[in-house]
Amino acid sequence: MIETQTFDYTGVRADFPILSTEVRGKPLTYLDSAASSQKPLLVIDALDRYYRKQHSNIHRGVHYLSEQATNAYESIRGKVAEFIGAPETDEVVFVRGATEGINLVAHGFTESILKAGDEILITHMEHHANIVPWQIAAEKTGAVLKVVPVDESGVLDMDAFESMLSTKTKLISVVHISNSLGTVNPVQMMIEKAHALGVPVLVDGAQSTPHMPINISELGCDFFVFSGHKVFGPTGIGVLWGKREYLEQLPPYQSGGDMIEKVDFEGTTYKEIPGKFEAGTPHIAGVIGLGAAIDYMASLDREGALQHEAELLAAANEALAGVEGIRFIGTAPGKASVLSFVMDGVHAHDVGTFLDADGVAIRAGHHCTMPLLKRYGLAATVRASFAFYNNFEDVDRFAQAVIKMKRFFD
Amino acid sequence: MSDSDLSELYQSIILSHNKQPRHYGVLTGYTHQAEGYNPLCGDKITVQLRVEGEQINEIQFESAACAICKASASIMTEAIRSKHLSEVQQLGAHVAEILSTDRSTDLAEDGDLAALAGVRKFPARIKCAILPWHTLEDALRGE
Repeated sequence: MIETQTFDYTGVRADFPILSTEVRGKPLTYLDSAASSQKPLLVIDALDRYYRKQHSNIHRGVHYLSEQATNAYESIRGKVAEFIGAPETDEVVFVRGATEGINLVAHGFTESILKAGDEILITHMEHHANIVPWQIAAEKTGAVLKVVPVDESGVLDMDAFESMLSTKTKLISVVHISNSLGTVNPVQMMIEKAHALGVPVLVDGAQSTPHMPINISELGCDFFVFSGHKVFGPTGIGVLWGKREYLEQLPPYQSGGDMIEKVDFEGTTYKEIPGKFEAGTPHIAGVIGLGAAIDYMASLDREGALQHEAELLAAANEALAGVEGIRFIGTAPGKASVLSFVMDGVHAHDVGTFLDADGVAIRAGHHCTMPLLKRYGLAATVRASFAFYNNFEDVDRFAQAVIKMKRFFD
Repeated sequence: MSDSDLSELYQSIILSHNKQPRHYGVLTGYTHQAEGYNPLCGDKITVQLRVEGEQINEIQFESAACAICKASASIMTEAIRSKHLSEVQQLGAHVAEILSTDRSTDLAEDGDLAALAGVRKFPARIKCAILPWHTLEDALRGE
């Protein structure tokens, strides 16, 4: 564990080796952390050490290495529970990412809860990962998928939410922070209203977990998902947290080794949670890396990081506001450090190529939120997303590249 | 990636076709049409043709797409208008070669088509340039 330090955004850059590299002969300006964040040395070293000295399968062998790997794997489950403020370690299920977490819950609801005429409530700003699993669940069960609208600035229509919520609603699945707009949704308020009617709520924390401290007990949600690679950890690992009462109700998502208690051709009994949801050899190295990422975040001044990100966003906003023909998409008050925009006469894809030539990595496209972009009459935006390891030079290089590109197309 | 690579990608021919696309808009009385879509970036294009016998008499397109896609479509309409169907196929194959090959292709005879060679150094953008041509093939395959 690293000692807690005051947030120092200049010093923090040294923890991320990739940030001092060059791309296309220019210093890397990485503004695509909402798609995937970069990795600190602590994580890279943990993965290296694990494969060099600690690797073995877990929950199986009696030998030394297996025991060590099992202990490391299981201790990180506790670390994750603490990191998100979960009351119980066994409520933490390791999955491949937020997408698989949602799929696991959608599969479980399809098998054991949803009936024809039931309703699932999502919002217009969901990522495809929080739309498609529910569409499939609705198709299979005859349940109805309802969508809470979003206003021009990117704020949820809470009146509509309340009027759409009813005793028919079997689950609300809502994104905590929009990956395309940066809107921070009032999930706590939504959860209170849902619980008044006995409706469970899943919160998609893929964007919020890297951005702000999470406390599930305070939020009050029933399910929470996030991805390792967005919280400075490895790809291919993520977390589903669910309340014990719900996880116990849901059937296994996949089946095979490690998730069983006893197998007989006459019948099989499953492990208790979380084991019942972790079939096969899990991504042990991913879990080790995730543990290191959590240690890393715990060593940061998270409030200071949040403040720094807000300052980067404000600086980027200001730098681009004067550029003729730019329109920001998503201007909700208090939004997270995601800057989406379109430009008169220049397609997002062309902007992306221009910025890339200057070493500036942004995302151009629909950001896996096609229904949301359609709501704004768009097929694509340019999205710059800022993490705590970005600095004001990044903002400057980004703005200069946009201005240079604009001049070219004028 | 250098600024000269960028200027080669977005050379004046491409920019001109992007700003003032030729044969743009709905074609009345078309005999063939298809829609093309690139799910990666959201580029969308509609190609409509009036074919009489084996001859392309008219072609028009509409798009919500990047400069490379739109310019490629505009250049395509100029290149295949009043061409015989058999020539269209050859031309499509030739464009695929211009876009993908590392060898220096002889572009002397290609006119505006030659401008598409600038896309080569940008592998992520080849799909943008090829989309109109694939859509054209789809349109001619259908009724």
